[in-house]
Amino acid sequence: MSEEFMGYERPKGKVGIRNKIAILSSVSCVNHVAEEIAKKVDNAVAITHPLGCGQFGPDFLNVQRTLAGLGKNPNIFGTIVVGLGCENLKSEDLAKNIRRAKKPVEFFNVQDFNGGGIALIEEGIKVGSKMASEAKEVKKEPFDFSHLVLGLECGGSDSISGITANPVVGVISDKVIELGGTSILPEFTEWIGTEHLLKDRAVSEKVKTQIDTPLQKFLETTMKAGIDFRGIQPSPGNIKGGLTTIEEKSLGTIAKAGKAPIQGVLKYSQTPKGKGLWLMLEPGNDIESMTGMAAAGAQVVIMTTGRGSPVGNPIVPVIKSCGNPQTCDWLRCHIDMDASKIITEQKSIQEIADEMWLKLKATCNGELTLAEQLGFHDIAIWRYLAFPFPGIV
Amino acid sequence: MKKSYIVMDPEDNCATSLEDIPKDKEIEIKEGEVIKINQNIPFGHKFALRDIAVGDLIKKYGQIIGIVTENIKKGDWIHTHNIKSHYLERVANE
Repeated sequence: MSEEFMGYERPKGKVGIRNKIAILSSVSCVNHVAEEIAKKVDNAVAITHPLGCGQFGPDFLNVQRTLAGLGKNPNIFGTIVVGLGCENLKSEDLAKNIRRAKKPVEFFNVQDFNGGGIALIEEGIKVGSKMASEAKEVKKEPFDFSHLVLGLECGGSDSISGITANPVVGVISDKVIELGGTSILPEFTEWIGTEHLLKDRAVSEKVKTQIDTPLQKFLETTMKAGIDFRGIQPSPGNIKGGLTTIEEKSLGTIAKAGKAPIQGVLKYSQTPKGKGLWLMLEPGNDIESMTGMAAAGAQVVIMTTGRGSPVGNPIVPVIKSCGNPQTCDWLRCHIDMDASKIITEQKSIQEIADEMWLKLKATCNGELTLAEQLGFHDIAIWRYLAFPFPGIV
Repeated sequence: MKKSYIVMDPEDNCATSLEDIPKDKEIEIKEGEVIKINQNIPFGHKFALRDIAVGDLIKKYGQIIGIVTENIKKGDWIHTHNIKSHYLERVANE
């Protein structure tokens, strides 16, 4: 039987699993304007952030690529970009970039509006509502999983994440890829100790270098600052929990990426150039990581957590899976998928993966995740300037 | 029934405990093969499925997670006292 999900067709062969209107601020000065518009437009989400001005060079390009990528994400039907008018990151440029996805885009600047922010909010609601009624005309249709891009995230890990929830996600990632789809593994700091294994899975010599170079540069740069990343892992807490070596810890992390070959290494928020498994350079902040994967085009994220986490994303449903029985109980309002049955009920990783597959399909078909139901809509953008990582990204 | 351990890959020579396993407990690791646990194994820690000599490699997930620094007997607790990172060893020699 062929596997399918019900999605929304978008231009250029893309498929969304949500049908939202994005109200995107190009600069932090107008975040409130974007929020006020989003409150009054059906299925709208405000995408706000503290950036968009006083930025230059690669940092500026990175933020621009990320914000444009969020507008381009297939879960978005159309976007209204709200600007101030004097910022670096012009709303017009952002709109032009998003328009490459051939979807509806409008832009407005507060400084260009007689009546300022209040007048812009009124106009934004009018234009947004029109967009929202057009969005409702799009009917769901069946699509195969070659249209899906899955983000692989973990946060608040504990010593059993690597033997429960993470390998379950690895089975799911491999299945999506077998069905012709795509997965993204971020968080390069947690690949350290397994570079040789990742390189063995690279599809070409070029991809091997793509894996090696940023990690080597990162280790060199941090060593100059007096930090040896290889020596501080696993942490004392990890060791107490039973993790003995850095490779054991990292193997638990990369277990989320199953056994599929690695097609390439993406910059932060860069869209994969093909199907299959891709790595993404991002240093392991959950919200930055999920924002980057959403901007790269992931329509859904599975996030494993041991200690628990409530986070979500305004564009992309985040399915939480947890292998820790106590967390599954205490943080039950945040855990979509109880992988602790591997421990408490002697379920196999495959059995939990079968349940997880049904959960993923239900989410793709429109079932709301707990983070969506609770309204968690977190956005954070990784900034290169804040990180000792020159010449790579 | 609660499971007391998990083996991540058929190639592995260690298992990870899913509960605090007391010393001297006998565990069936496969049909007809029972091993005796030699020390208390805390939840999330590892024990050896067979004898492993100094210089041999420990495998979990079917991959190398460390190199043995003190001879390990079947049923022994495996941790920082008897294995070390094989990766760090390797990068130091590069």
